[in-house]
Order: sequence, then C-alpha cells, then structure tokens
Amino acid sequence: MNALTFTLKNPLKFTINCSALTPSNLANKSVTDIANIKLTSGNSSALTSDLFEITGQDASQIVFKNASNKMDYIGAHMSSGKITIEGNAGAYLGFSMKNGEIHCLGSADSYAACNMVNGMLTIDINVGDFLGAGSEGLRKGMRGGTVIVKGNAGDRVGDQMRRGLILIEGNTGDYCGSRMIAGTIGVWGKVGTYTAFNMHRGTLLLKNTPTLHATVQDCGTHTLPYLSLLFKSFKKYSTPFNQLTSQRVQRFVGDAAYKGNGEVLVLNAK
Amino acid sequence: MMMLINNIQIDDTFAEAFNMRGTRVIITAQNLKWAYHAANAMTGFATSVIGCGVEAGIERELSTEETPDGRPGVSILMFAMGSKVLMQQLETRMGQCILTCPTAAAFAGIEGEDKISLGKNLRYFGDGFQTSKLIDGKRYWRIPVMDGEFITEETTGMVRAIGGGNFLILATSQPAALAAAEVAIEAMKKIPNVIMPFPGGVVRSGSKVGSKYKTMFASTNDAFCPTLKGATNTELSPEIESVMEIVIDGLTFEDIALSMKVGIEAICNLGADCGVKRISAGNYGGKLGPHLFKLHDILNGSNS
Repeated sequence: MNALTFTLKNPLKFTINCSALTPSNLANKSVTDIANIKLTSGNSSALTSDLFEITGQDASQIVFKNASNKMDYIGAHMSSGKITIEGNAGAYLGFSMKNGEIHCLGSADSYAACNMVNGMLTIDINVGDFLGAGSEGLRKGMRGGTVIVKGNAGDRVGDQMRRGLILIEGNTGDYCGSRMIAGTIGVWGKVGTYTAFNMHRGTLLLKNTPTLHATVQDCGTHTLPYLSLLFKSFKKYSTPFNQLTSQRVQRFVGDAAYKGNGEVLVLNAK
Repeated sequence: MMMLINNIQIDDTFAEAFNMRGTRVIITAQNLKWAYHAANAMTGFATSVIGCGVEAGIERELSTEETPDGRPGVSILMFAMGSKVLMQQLETRMGQCILTCPTAAAFAGIEGEDKISLGKNLRYFGDGFQTSKLIDGKRYWRIPVMDGEFITEETTGMVRAIGGGNFLILATSQPAALAAAEVAIEAMKKIPNVIMPFPGGVVRSGSKVGSKYKTMFASTNDAFCPTLKGATNTELSPEIESVMEIVIDGLTFEDIALSMKVGIEAICNLGADCGVKRISAGNYGGKLGPHLFKLHDILNGSNS
C-alpha cells in the first residue's frame, strides 16, 4: 500500500489544526471518512478534502506535501506509525507525542516536541522557540523521546524538560535548558545567553564554551565515565554527536540561584 | 551398574540440589586488576548460604566489547535461598565492595521477571549530589565520590536458579585429590552460567544435615572422612585417604549438569594413575532437594 498522502491544495490563509491526521486516528478509516474530517482553520473549520488532495491508503505512513508553517499540531498525541512532512511545519509539531516517528524535511515553528512523551522527532532545518518545553500552565516539559534538529533552534530549548534527549546540530537562542528538570540536551553549535538559567537538574552537552551567568559555577575538567554510555547511545543517530569519543569535559554546575544541580558539560576539554 | 572411565569408578549415585534465586552483576573498572579487586571483595565470604547468606563467585572475564561502558570487567553470579536475602546481600556488598573500590562500576548482567536494586538505594550516599541518567531505557546513577564518579545501573534482574550441584573426588592422597580438583575447576570455569563458590572452587569440609550437638544444624560428613574409616559407617574403601568436593550453583539444571560433566571428564582424563579412584556425589536420599543430578546419566548425556 502507498503512504496516505495529504497534498496541500492552496497556500493557507489561516493556521489549521492537523492533530486529527495521525496514524492511530486514521487507521481503518476509508478515504471518504478521512475526507470528511473537520479541521479547525482560523476561527472556523474546513473539511480535510477542501484543504488537501488525499491519495494513498496506508495510514501508518502519512506524508504531508507542500506543507507550510500554518499547519499546527502535526502528529499531536500520535502513538504509532510515521509522519513525513515535505515542507515546513507549524507550531506544536509532535505535541504530546507518545510514540512513532515524525520527520520534518523543512523547518518547524515554536513548541515543537512540546509535552512529548516518547518517540522520535527529526527536523531537517530549523526550529522555533520552546523546543521540548511544556505547554502553557504545565510544570513539566518533554517527558521522554528523542528530538534531532539539523539546523538551529530558537530560545528556551528544553524549558522545564523532564526527561528525554534533544540533539541540535546548529546553534540555539537564549535560555537554553532554562528551568530544566532532567534529561539531556546536546548542542553542536553555539548557545545564546543565560544558558542553564534556573536549571534544576539534567545535562547540557555543548561543543563550544558558553558565556554563563554567575550562578552556574565551574567545577573543573574531568573524565566522566558515564559519558561512554551516553555516547554509545548516540551511535544510532545520524548526527555529529555519534563521533564523540572523548569523555574529557569541563563541568559547570548550576543554577545555584535555584539550588540547582544541573550540569553543563563542554566537550573535548584539555 | 558399574561405570569405569579410565579405571576411575563413577558411583551410581546423584547430587541433590535446591531451588535458589540468582542474579548476575557486571563489574567494570579502569583495568582488569581493579575489576578483580572489586569482584573478589564482592564475592568474598560467600561460600555457603549456611553461614554467609549468599553463595557468589566470579563467572568469567569480559572483554571491553562485552561491557556496557567499554572497559574491562568481570561478571559475577550471586545465589541465595530467597529473594529477600539476595536483595539485602546484594545491596550490602555493592555498598561495601563496589562503591568503595577505585574506578569500579556496576551494571545489570541478567534480565529477569523480577528486578532487584543494584544502585537504587545506594544513590543516597550521594547526599543530594547524585544524579540519574536514563540511557536507552536503562536508568543509571552517578554518585560523586572522591576518585570522580561512581556509576551503577539502578537495578538488575533476579531469576530462578539452582544451587548445590556437586561431586566428590575420592583419592589415595590429599595432594592427588587436590590436584585433580584443580584440573576439574579449570575446565569448569569455561562453562557459562555457573560458579563454584568455595575457596578455589573446592570444599574439603563437606557436611551432613544435623549433629549430635543441638545448636548445630550441619556437621562434618563423617561417612566421607578418611580418618574415621574404622570409627563410623564409612563410604570409603581402605585405599582412600582424601576426599574433596566441588559444589556448583547455576542458572539452570542444564548449566550445572554440563559443568559437572566437564569437571568429572577432566579428572577421568587424568586416569587412575593420578590417584583418583572414585567419583561420587553428595545427597540426602533424594528427600530434600527437587533436583537430582545422576552421575551416570550426566556422563552418558541422558540427564533431564
């Protein structure tokens, strides 16, 4: 069977909520049923068939073609299967994702992997603010799973992140790892200011030495044995992180202003 | 039926073994020397459940490719009569022997339906500075210590196992019995999933159940003591001057049976000229243990 493919007919004027179009939601539905699903569009709704040309049958493999950054909540709550986005994705990509795989070939807007629980999210270009963070009002962000960003990320990566892994090949904005509770964030490029702001626990793995605020303190250079386990787990991902071998790092701990025990590890220390 | 291998008599008898609970832990360190220091400490004073709580031993060396952290290591097996004792002993020995040993780390070595804590409670030694990492679905604890960081997996598996497989080496002299036992142990060490928990793998003080003294629930196996041949209901013929026992604990019946077979065959390969005249086994008449390792069946390859 061919992948179930949604090709955007026309550029979107308003954002649409694509949370209904996930493998588990569409399993065992006929093309007619799928065509009649109503999607929130701006302050009204539209039929899926009005917005997309629908082809293919295999709901476990969904493809969005001509996708745009006005398509919010792609893969929200998904628990199985794979979604491929040919183009950009809007906000809340992989919102509360429980399992499965999402591959965005373009960029994604803010709040990608928000409240994510498990699964794999790959973004081939850039991503907006609050990657892996919690949605408004929640005290915990991403709670599991893996996110790989090939480009840059915005501000507040991993804000209140509770568990899981985020690997960013490019740069990040300010407040990377802010209010982080646990988990691991790797950044191959540069990070902005106020990295580890109010960080409680967890690990920031940085290729480049950041400018840290005063309440994140230098603990010296060390060879940390657990990094061999972590680096071994990176081998399966196609990122520069899978080349890491040296367990020698400079270790910063903070945020002391928050009585935090989070760590910022700068790779390849002498 | 009489069985002779290279003129060594194999008694038509059986070893009687018991159900136990077992676990495996992988110990790694900066090099094998320190992995052995840690493992030897952890498996020290663990010869018999009678007085030690657990029976433990080093199963084998592990190459850097076989260990989770890519360092040299050894795997150890630990057995107890019940899960509660096993958990208590594992925690105690982890805290006193692995946590304290420079560069050592501990990892789960077996999957099981039950999980028991490896570093789960030991983490509190970190006094709030401990951190956990969930990597590929496994939780590890990092505990800051004076040499750097102690790494331990949170739990390891606990499985049903068997303890008390054994055979007796009856020889014309003490040196002959010991030399044969050493040959057997060297061969048996190559078998996975088993340990021989006594010093050097060999027991010289096999016991029987009960005693003339009320406070003792086990005492010397006088029927196999050569100096009592004329004073007790002996199992020994006049030429036997020394008996050594090898006790085996293992994860399955098949593992123990294979280990016994390999050990006995190694002795028999020496021939009767080495001084060994008989191979026998210790049992309680088949009334106590549910697992019977019949020597003839094991050597014929028809054990079940």
